[in-house]
Amino acid sequence: MELECDGDVVKVNDLHFSYPDGNEALRGVSFNLCAGDKVALVGPNGAGKSTLMLHLNGILTGRGEIEVGGMRLNPDNLPVIRAMVGLVFQNPDDQLFSPTVFEDVAFGPLHMGLSEDEVRARVDEALRMVHMTNYRDRLCHHLSVGEKKRISIATVLSMHPQILILDEPSAGLDPRARRKLINLLHEMPITMLVSTHDMALVKECFPRTIVMDEGKIVADGMTAQILSDAALLEAHGLERP
Amino acid sequence: MHADAFDRYHHGHSLLHHLDARIKVVVTVAFILSNVLLPDGAWAAFGLAFIFLLIANALSQLGFGFTLKRSFVALPFALAAVTAVFSIPGHALAEWHLGMITLIPTDAGLLRFVSILVRSWLSVQMAILLVSVTEFPDIIHALTHLYVPSIITTIIAFLYRYLFVLTDEVMRLMRARQARSAAAPGSRSGGNVWWQARVAGNMAGQLFLRSYERSDRIYNAMLSRGYKGQWMAMHVQRIQLRDWLVGVAAVCGLIVMQIVGRL
Repeated sequence: MELECDGDVVKVNDLHFSYPDGNEALRGVSFNLCAGDKVALVGPNGAGKSTLMLHLNGILTGRGEIEVGGMRLNPDNLPVIRAMVGLVFQNPDDQLFSPTVFEDVAFGPLHMGLSEDEVRARVDEALRMVHMTNYRDRLCHHLSVGEKKRISIATVLSMHPQILILDEPSAGLDPRARRKLINLLHEMPITMLVSTHDMALVKECFPRTIVMDEGKIVADGMTAQILSDAALLEAHGLERP
Repeated sequence: MHADAFDRYHHGHSLLHHLDARIKVVVTVAFILSNVLLPDGAWAAFGLAFIFLLIANALSQLGFGFTLKRSFVALPFALAAVTAVFSIPGHALAEWHLGMITLIPTDAGLLRFVSILVRSWLSVQMAILLVSVTEFPDIIHALTHLYVPSIITTIIAFLYRYLFVLTDEVMRLMRARQARSAAAPGSRSGGNVWWQARVAGNMAGQLFLRSYERSDRIYNAMLSRGYKGQWMAMHVQRIQLRDWLVGVAAVCGLIVMQIVGRL
């Protein structure tokens, strides 16, 4: 079921990782992502989805090869790779750690060493992309969950990433906030890897789907094809939307 | 739990609201220092300090008695100084016998105690006014630009940001306990004090573990956005002539206070 793609954005080859408690979370994961790909990463809880995502910008380091934008992931080019990979965590309260929205969106660009004018321009641009321009000076803890999620996405967009990685973006959102998020995912012209249990979201937004279970990729192909394979879905605890 | 339960900022458009946060922080700290440095029983100077405070209250447009009403929360802490009444040598005012113990209040001791009370009462009010007219992030910025070490400002910023999240966590834990604090027909709900203490202890442990795990996730979020151990900040405010003038006027007032206190 492998798709034609040489992995110009992300190339992962035979990645293994075990947590200190001995839990083997990744057992030989390999896949490629190309520019413009919008890929859903699905699978039951504990399948290794979040662990895999944390590897793509070097928060966790396992055994195997990872290339981002043609660069091998190693300690020397980690800072550059972290700017290229925009990782948005599942809980927006973990992602938004600054007192105000402006400071949080400015955090990435400031740490990239950009000038203050450039940082301001990037914050404005990122907030515009998620339709939250009016929230610039708001306090993070005063926002609703849906607003926090969109600001979380802006915090990485301001770094001009080549790939956006989202962990469970629609979890905990009410229908309206979820719809706004779906529209946002549709309109953003950027490579995306999104982990989710929301199969309706997968069907609507992502042409390609990777299924993970027990630390391995068990299927990688066109979403329509995967969603029509009832036996595959049932074997890995998934449901058709 | 409402998210801004701890926020003490009162929105407004007064001179004090628009004053540069650095000036406000410096004047507040200078005011507190000045109170501490005034000698015991310098009533005229304490009176001037009170007038200084009233003027600040008026400039904030929050009302003359604004800080007065809120200042009494700090008094119980100031009462810790009550031992001064009995421990400073001086002319004995009375002699009290409490079983084996004999307490002798002295005039010098009483003077010290009342002075401490007045000093802390005035200082607390100025601090209350500072947080009422300055948004918390601005205070943190001010501290950063006043060269307070970044580790300290970062800790304060995190404390502020996550106080709300942790309170929510505590509320959720309490709600979960309440929801399951049922009783079988005919018997009392809950166990003895020992058992209840154990439950509370477990909840405190849970809160610590959850916070600890959360701190790990936050650190990961910071790392993935390029954090290298140094918190960066931008200059969001510029000090203008008006800010300087207010700052200089305030410092002059404090100097007058010190001179009056030593006459």
